[in-house]
Amino acid sequence: MSIDMSQFHQVFFEECFEGLESMESGLLNLDTGAIDSEVINTIFRGAHSIKGGSGTFGFTDVADFTHIMETLLDEMRDGRRQVTQPAIDVLLGSVDCLRTMLTSIQAEESVDSAAVEKYKTALEIELTGSASEPSTTTPTAATQPAHDNAETVVVVADEDMVEEKGWKIGFCPYLDLLKTGNDPVRMFRELAELGEYSVSVNTNDIPPFSKLDPEECNLSWALEVIGDIPESEIREIFNWVEGDCELDIQSFTKKTAKPASEAKITEPEAPPPVQEIEQPKPAPIAAKAVDSPSAPKPQAAQADNDPSKASAKSAASNSIRVDTTKIDTLINMVGEVVITQSMLSLIGENFTMDKLAQLKRGLAQLERHIRDMQQSVMNIRMVPISFVFSRFPRLVHDISTKLGKKIELKLVGESTEVDKAVVELISDPLVHLIRNSLDHGIEMPAERIAAGKPETGTIELNAYHRGGHIVIEIIDNGRGLNKAKLIAKAVEKGLLDENAVLGDKQAFELIFMPGFSTAESITDISGRGVGMDVVRRNIQSLGGNIEIISELGKGTTISIHLPLTLAIIDGQSVAVGDEIYIVPLVSIKESINITESMLNKIAGKGETYRLRNLYIPIIRMHEIFNVQPTDKANTGEGVIVVVERQGVLCGLFVDELLGPQQVVVKSLETNYRRVQGVSGATILGDGSVALILDIPGLVRYSNR
Amino acid sequence: MSEELKTKGDNQNRHNKEQVNGVQYLSFTLANEEYGVDILRVQEIRSWEPVSRIPNVPHYEKGVVNLRGSIVPIIDLREKLGIKFTEYTPLTVVVVLQTSDEKKTRTMGVVVDSVSDVITLDKTKIQDAPDFGAKISNEFINGLVSLNDRMVILLDVDKLLKLEETEEQDAGDN
Amino acid sequence: MASILAVDDSASMRKMVTFTLKGAGYEVEEAVDGVDALAKAQAKRFDCIVTDVNMPNKDGITLIRELRSLPDYKYIPMLMLTTESSAEKKQAGKAAGATGWIVKPFDPDQLLKTLNKVLG
Repeated sequence: MSIDMSQFHQVFFEECFEGLESMESGLLNLDTGAIDSEVINTIFRGAHSIKGGSGTFGFTDVADFTHIMETLLDEMRDGRRQVTQPAIDVLLGSVDCLRTMLTSIQAEESVDSAAVEKYKTALEIELTGSASEPSTTTPTAATQPAHDNAETVVVVADEDMVEEKGWKIGFCPYLDLLKTGNDPVRMFRELAELGEYSVSVNTNDIPPFSKLDPEECNLSWALEVIGDIPESEIREIFNWVEGDCELDIQSFTKKTAKPASEAKITEPEAPPPVQEIEQPKPAPIAAKAVDSPSAPKPQAAQADNDPSKASAKSAASNSIRVDTTKIDTLINMVGEVVITQSMLSLIGENFTMDKLAQLKRGLAQLERHIRDMQQSVMNIRMVPISFVFSRFPRLVHDISTKLGKKIELKLVGESTEVDKAVVELISDPLVHLIRNSLDHGIEMPAERIAAGKPETGTIELNAYHRGGHIVIEIIDNGRGLNKAKLIAKAVEKGLLDENAVLGDKQAFELIFMPGFSTAESITDISGRGVGMDVVRRNIQSLGGNIEIISELGKGTTISIHLPLTLAIIDGQSVAVGDEIYIVPLVSIKESINITESMLNKIAGKGETYRLRNLYIPIIRMHEIFNVQPTDKANTGEGVIVVVERQGVLCGLFVDELLGPQQVVVKSLETNYRRVQGVSGATILGDGSVALILDIPGLVRYSNR
Repeated sequence: MSEELKTKGDNQNRHNKEQVNGVQYLSFTLANEEYGVDILRVQEIRSWEPVSRIPNVPHYEKGVVNLRGSIVPIIDLREKLGIKFTEYTPLTVVVVLQTSDEKKTRTMGVVVDSVSDVITLDKTKIQDAPDFGAKISNEFINGLVSLNDRMVILLDVDKLLKLEETEEQDAGDN
Repeated sequence: MASILAVDDSASMRKMVTFTLKGAGYEVEEAVDGVDALAKAQAKRFDCIVTDVNMPNKDGITLIRELRSLPDYKYIPMLMLTTESSAEKKQAGKAAGATGWIVKPFDPDQLLKTLNKVLG
């Protein structure tokens, strides 16, 4: 039976990457020194599963590598080994190494064997270096050679024998044999497949009927098999019942002068030749350690690649794992829809006006079901934000060590769900923000103590749902943003006029300006070529926004609001001439009915509207989109939709508001191209297409 | 010359290797002229329906429609080829075509006056488009062929429907 | 045809086992851990249990022990899938009532061969 194993590879890889993440987070949780056996167990299980799977699916390098990790973890789990920080570091490094290996294998690239060897050596040194009972560390290594010897004896003996050979087997099961589900009859049948076989049963031990317990095995057998059969095959058949029976296996030869006893295996203590055929090769641990007694090089403990990148890659895979309860819910709903539909067609078959109420009820029901169904379908795309959060403990661990800062990371609301596409796209901006907090936000321990703060700074990552949005907050209790410094910097960079007077909020907004960076020197931690302007733009392109609240000396809170899904948005449809456009609700601050006379012109062109105490620029949608004005526009009546772009308000002058609605976002670029000021399209109830406005793009476009 | 023609024919016919010299085209009319497109690129033929206009794009890009859930652009072929625009009538037809460039395959609709026929041509009979100099661009034209004394202008769908990237596209983004 | 309950927390292994067994004509159900398996085994009587050892929530050995104590599963063959070739693990499994074991890594043929041994 040949099965194409590659069909399982995708699942296997996903599982491995998940396993690695849980190993990683487990290892990071071990930092404290107080050992939680459940945590070690989880880490162990991760390595164990990867080893099992990789062996089965033919990735022997991975299996070999994880085997060493597993051995190390097994000892930790059993309490035979101390959990030390160096050991954790080596394991963390190995997790990265394994991730790189798997990524390469998945991409069908060659594996960087030098790196693999490096970690293997480091692991082996860790294993042999401080193992309390080195002999127990490699049980497989110890048993394997013995097993091989046994085989050799048999082979040699076989060669000496010319004529008919066979085995005599005395099999006397203990009473409980049947209770393990083993069945002597099946075993005999297997034996029969090996060669010519005969059996005699001994019924002497059967108790009188009155005392007979049918669940007990009271029989014993004497068996004989003729054939040139290796002992291992005979033993294999009885492998599972060893210990549950008296077993005497003796070889014999007929028509030969050689005494049978010579061929008898003389190693009764040898472990049973088990049936693993491709047992993962036990690494020659002891030998390796002698070969390379030097301590692992310092960089051995460091990730060879950015671990966050690897996990980002794995997260970007196109498949998604869905909780089966979500599928079940959906299936139930489909069932409901089908029922409602058949009810409706029944009404329709013989429709009379008196059934109108019934029809309406049915339609209402259908609508409700379909809405629910839409919700559940969207739900399938939802994954917990922990997919992103889980990489931060490692990031914080590594960076704070590097910076010599003491930082505690708190994760709150990890199970908050958000669309998979959002998760993938929010990952990089979040990494950037966290790096910033680590680098610029939290002070050095001495500085903190001097400021009367606890030595250890905290960064809290908090996710929760609010309205149709997910809010992600990054809260640090570091030094906070220095308004004066920000302004000075902006002036120095020529981004701001010297005499400008800014409120707190506006000053904080400065860091989102292109070309602005407050760090005195660009470090390799936060100065990675992307600025906060890119972070903001990425978030806005997802239909979200980002805000900063900060207090000097107390800390900074950055909050990101994102739509739960990119596939459906809440929109406000507006009429411009005969055309309908959708304005994403998230950008709308308010809407005001006006007449044209309420607008003020600047230099005869630019128009503004006085919104309370602020003059806001007006974008006439008719003009910017070249729409034929309707009569209404001529009367000068219309609506100003006040939208916000990067903290700046702006008014869109449209003819009228048509009402809020949820719209399914469709890409214009699939068959067409990007259009200025438009982020996508949607299909309205009547089947026609309406464009969804891209507010930042529109404002940029109108400024040109 | 004949060598060059042959290559062209092969190119055009890459979806249709079974037929040695025969290639099938869908012919349609634009202002009494007859045009043809490779039938294998034709996805469907629809009657004209109002489109949703796209702002600030070339005038021949009429807008987009909902084609079974996909947003598909509609190009007016008269305008694209510089022929005088006429009002759409109930007979106006949209031919939905598949086009591809280096990056991807797109579905687009082109507005034509009416669809005439499916014609089978001998690809060796396809003549290169003559050079009209600056008067008419012949870049969309694959060749000319004569069919019952009528001239059919064979269009290169990919070149015809290649969208011009407007310059200001990304200017504000970076 | 015999029905088999395949228990493994690893989706890829589970898929492989299921695919192989179904291909050989067995009826297969899957469980993701010991708790899930116990619930499924109580809801329906299977002819054979194939379980991983190391699993969250409830490990394979505990599962076997608990199943073995149920009247329905007194004599049902139960196989453990284990990477641990150590004698202790096998002994622990046997003590819990496991019929036998299959050592990972294994290929589909080995799996079927072993199953034939108990379901033949």
